[in-house]
Amino acid sequence: MPNKTFFWFFLPTGLAMILFIGLPIISTGIQSFYAQHDQIVKEVKKCDPFGCTVSIVVDNEETSKIREVKPLGKFNGFGTYTDRNHLAVDEIKKFWNETESFGAFVDQVTNLPFYKALIFTLTYCLFVTPNVLLLGFIIALSLNAVARKIRGPLIFGTILPMIVTPLVGSLVLFWMIDSQGIIGANIQNLMNDPYLSLKSSKTLTWITIIIYGIWHHSPFAFVVFYAALQTVPQEPIEAAIIDGASRIQRIKHIVLPHIYPVVTFVALISLMDNFRVFEPIIGFSAEGSAQSLSWLIYDNLVNEEVILFGSAAATSMMTIIGIAILLAPVLIRTWKEFKTAR
Amino acid sequence: MDYGLDTKSTRLKTFNTIFIITWLLIACFPFIWTFWGSFKVRADFFSRSDWWYAISAFNTLIETGGKFTTNAYTQAWTEGEFWKASKNTIIVTVFVVSISLFLGTLGAYALSRSTEKYAFWILMAALIFRAMPHITLVSGYLFPFFELQIWGILPTTIVVLVAINQPFTLWLLYSFFKTVPKELDESALIDGCSYFQAFRHIIMPVMWPGVITAGLFSLMLAYNDFTVTALLLNQENHTMVPKIQSYLGTNQHEGNLMWAVSAVVSATAPLFMLVMFFQRQVISGLTAGAVKG
Repeated sequence: MPNKTFFWFFLPTGLAMILFIGLPIISTGIQSFYAQHDQIVKEVKKCDPFGCTVSIVVDNEETSKIREVKPLGKFNGFGTYTDRNHLAVDEIKKFWNETESFGAFVDQVTNLPFYKALIFTLTYCLFVTPNVLLLGFIIALSLNAVARKIRGPLIFGTILPMIVTPLVGSLVLFWMIDSQGIIGANIQNLMNDPYLSLKSSKTLTWITIIIYGIWHHSPFAFVVFYAALQTVPQEPIEAAIIDGASRIQRIKHIVLPHIYPVVTFVALISLMDNFRVFEPIIGFSAEGSAQSLSWLIYDNLVNEEVILFGSAAATSMMTIIGIAILLAPVLIRTWKEFKTAR
Repeated sequence: MDYGLDTKSTRLKTFNTIFIITWLLIACFPFIWTFWGSFKVRADFFSRSDWWYAISAFNTLIETGGKFTTNAYTQAWTEGEFWKASKNTIIVTVFVVSISLFLGTLGAYALSRSTEKYAFWILMAALIFRAMPHITLVSGYLFPFFELQIWGILPTTIVVLVAINQPFTLWLLYSFFKTVPKELDESALIDGCSYFQAFRHIIMPVMWPGVITAGLFSLMLAYNDFTVTALLLNQENHTMVPKIQSYLGTNQHEGNLMWAVSAVVSATAPLFMLVMFFQRQVISGLTAGAVKG
């Protein structure tokens, strides 16, 4: 296709992506260097028969004036990145000097909001992604062994958790697991502990959200693996059976190598999706004990008094860097393949 | 796997059946339970004393005189203004799907027919864009949208959702267009068609399965979106998902939680119907990029 024709065909979608994905990333970058204005205060002298007192009040008029002139806020450089709510450079230095043992230091650092969220996000990715691959693969193998006639409805039932939005999915589970729901109440009876509930324990909350993640993402892995299983050639498997290979051996040496490219694809996609975990935290109302990077951004953006654009943008930039690190191996591999292909 | 030589022991078959039934229960029961519970009053579905009330409908009998009640639905749809939210969802979904498909088919067709290097780089860029968490993009939008005073209205959200959806649509349609033989449009070009005419009259007619799949995914994205719609729309224009979240509230009082339950059922039901009808397309879409990968 000639370049000119390509240009006109691609223009609309390219424009949409540049304007609403490319530019916002740049805009986020710029915003992250600014912070909201401090409130301008003035001294007010109040005199009464007993003498004069000087009090400090917020000058609303001046504050809104400066906000109008410079809506982006004041320039802050890397200040937002290094403050307590983000990388917390000063605090970490202080902890390093003050704490006795390394364990105590780690303890202190993981209590800082950004690191807390980072650790939750990584833990979530680390537990959900492998389990999603495993469960998805087992379901695919299992469904593949069922009679073809009844597979349709079974597949429909299997993909239900995937097609609902994460907020709805997590709410539906939360209403069952909560202490007043069917599962929560029964667990209380079983453990004989009337105060046992999701919100009472940080570990329980994390486990619940991770289970939710596996429940929600496994169907996607299933669908892809299931389709890949249909393309596995039969001859090598029959040969292996004649040679006396066990079922496990057949899966390990024939099926898995055949669908290996698909496994990396699913792992990549679910890693990308898990890294942005956010809605389940709202669905499970777990803000108290589990916060993710995306949730931190959301929290800054829905701030009641003043939207913390700078703070949200700084967290966003660091999230984007995180995504880039995750994606780097794939991009490098594709680039190498592309170069050798030429 | 069902192969000629492969004989399965009864034990394995039983194990397999039990596993599938267990998984299906885990996958489906939460939805069935929520559907059942949406016809109860709050004291039953979220019972402080005995979870069995949700089945025996103890409080529902006392409060409404029947075992089932549709109060939660009627209240959420009228008082809770869920009708407005669903109207907004329909508007957003229809526009997002049609605009996405229009832009996506044009772009993906060009990408699939180009032999230049930049086509590869565009696809890579689209992959990176696909990986961006939506909330980071939203944090980029908010400030400029406030300044331009286009925050809170439906058209802005529609355009944003279309753009966010483009990378995936492009990849999906690209892999579908690749399966359409080049000779088809080349012969049309030789016969004197322009590229656009070949695209419009020769390629599109054979592309319907791909277009339907891409359409379904755009629809699911627009219908299910929470991040963008919750932050870019004002209260008046909220779509269904942010509306459900607003029912949860911070201080959950009586009516509202049941509103959320019935709203969840109302929002999920059409989606399930749709997927039931188009199951084949959903699955082919998910695997289109992957299997060839």
